[in-house]
Amino acid sequence: MSVFIIRRLLQSIVVVAVMSLLVFFAVNVVGDPVDMLINPEADQAEIEKTMRAFGLDRPVHEQYWFFLSNAVKGDLGKSFIFGEPALKLIVERMPATLELAFAALLLAVVIALPLGIYAGLKPDSKFSKTIMAGSILGFSLPTFWVGLMMIMVFAVMLGWLPSTGRGETTSLLGIQVSFLTWDGLRHLVLPALNLSLFKMSLTIRVARAATREVVHQDYIKFAHAKGLSSRRVILVHLLKNIMIPVVTVLGLELGGLIAFSVVTETVFAWPGMGKLVIEAIQNLDRPIIVAYLMITVLMFVTINLLVDVLYSVLDPRVRLQDVKA
Amino acid sequence: MTTSVQQISVPAGAPTEAAAVKVQTPFRRFLSDFFESGTAIAAFTVLLVIIFIAVVAPLISPTNPYDLAIVTVLDNRLPPGTRNLDGMTFWLGTDGAGRDLLSAIFYGLRTSLWVGVMSGLIALCIGGTIGLIAAYFGGRTDTLIMRIVDLQLSFPAILIALVLLAVLGKGVDKIIIALVAVQWAYYARTVRASALVERNKEYIEAAICLALGHRRIVFRHLLPNCLAPLIVVGTLQTAHAISLEATLSFLGVGLPITEPSLGLLIANGFEYMLSGRYWISFFPGVALLVTIVSINLVGDQLRDVLNPRLQR
Repeated sequence: MSVFIIRRLLQSIVVVAVMSLLVFFAVNVVGDPVDMLINPEADQAEIEKTMRAFGLDRPVHEQYWFFLSNAVKGDLGKSFIFGEPALKLIVERMPATLELAFAALLLAVVIALPLGIYAGLKPDSKFSKTIMAGSILGFSLPTFWVGLMMIMVFAVMLGWLPSTGRGETTSLLGIQVSFLTWDGLRHLVLPALNLSLFKMSLTIRVARAATREVVHQDYIKFAHAKGLSSRRVILVHLLKNIMIPVVTVLGLELGGLIAFSVVTETVFAWPGMGKLVIEAIQNLDRPIIVAYLMITVLMFVTINLLVDVLYSVLDPRVRLQDVKA
Repeated sequence: MTTSVQQISVPAGAPTEAAAVKVQTPFRRFLSDFFESGTAIAAFTVLLVIIFIAVVAPLISPTNPYDLAIVTVLDNRLPPGTRNLDGMTFWLGTDGAGRDLLSAIFYGLRTSLWVGVMSGLIALCIGGTIGLIAAYFGGRTDTLIMRIVDLQLSFPAILIALVLLAVLGKGVDKIIIALVAVQWAYYARTVRASALVERNKEYIEAAICLALGHRRIVFRHLLPNCLAPLIVVGTLQTAHAISLEATLSFLGVGLPITEPSLGLLIANGFEYMLSGRYWISFFPGVALLVTIVSINLVGDQLRDVLNPRLQR
């Protein structure tokens, strides 16, 4: 087990290093670093001072080293617009995005998993066909347009739910969250549902496919034959065995949720880091873009690592194979 | 793939068609399989109509929405079906600048489809070639290419596209570059998977024994036998590209204001939505949705028909 984890950890470190190299080259080689790192309104003296501070008068490999050592110290430059360290701004908005992403993930598990299992158990029933048609629609609908339509129907026409912002937040372990207040919860419903739509469609398909495969296995037949209730067979024997593909997909898609929250946050004016980075791209606020990228890369790599480890816990064959290889 | 289709037996319940089946070519067989499903026929027809509209948009649009001499701000935000003072009827209403929405949608479809199809084709060529090379040469080349593919696929498409566009800026050419960069890995992976199977078959071995050049073997022998999955992925990826372009344009990082795609039209209507003027965002969205759903349905049917394992 530890061999497996160490090997995965080393691979992750390599990925982070490669990505930092790519981000560095995107900012420093493809684009003009002076444009990207220095406030366009700065005067000549200030430009020279910043160039020296970032080491832009040195050769490229030394520059990369400079960028890397600053990044490790947590210094990714100051935002032009806010005048504060970019990393601090991103980290401040992270809880809002994570709250949204986990709420969407929860919805996908609570709503889509049972639907997917049902569709797998009774593939020919009318309800199953409706579920599958819905999941095709969920794949095809562009997230941002669904968000707009949700605002139109639930906020403008019916006036049931608010359409923008996070609402009232409370502090939980020093982090501001909105799901603990009624007002915050009302604000969370539409964005979470919107973000979750694509993942729900995916979960339904994966759960259905896995269920159809598992349901014909001998151990399921045997469990029925020895007189267990279908409830127990489904909740214990079946559920355990379809969890491997479902966990993989949901885990890997958590990264996708965080990236796609850019869209949902823009539509619903949710004050998370996705909205911050879109504004930064529009305002050419480069330090924020770089900081956002490094943070998301780090998050993705961590998520992938955790999924791999979880995967090996759920299915021992994975780690045994890897150690042998 | 094409040779095996002919050997597959005639469907049992169709004795009267037996005479016709004898002269069936693989292509005819494919067509009849494809049009077996009513949904596929409907989706294909809708798709043809959409492509037709996109191609001849300047000829059939009621007005040219980007001709500043015709458009007047006095007509702005008219609800669907309104007639203006000149006797012109706006069937789908007008947007914030007084442009006829129906015409704007026709022009938008043109841009959206162009971006989607072009990026799909270029990505198919690049990704397909890379995938073939990986499968044909194997070994270190294969490992290196697939590591890069896996690394790229572990990051969401929208994130990669956002980064590229943040660096490149706005423009049709730039969004095509970004979409190609996002999509090539899917094609590479698809082609590699089927090329790996074909690689070990006798005809490739025979071609190698004949000492044919690598390029000839890869493109003349290997590629034609890997086309089926490539076509399926190409269709579904084009729908994905159109959706992604719309999303990026909606976020304001895709196309410039001067070349509005459907995504930009929807974004323009966003600010009027809260005051109940739904049509400016609603109708371009419906056009986008119909396009994507019809391409996806055609792609799904293609997958069912072209997949040898599902052959009846």
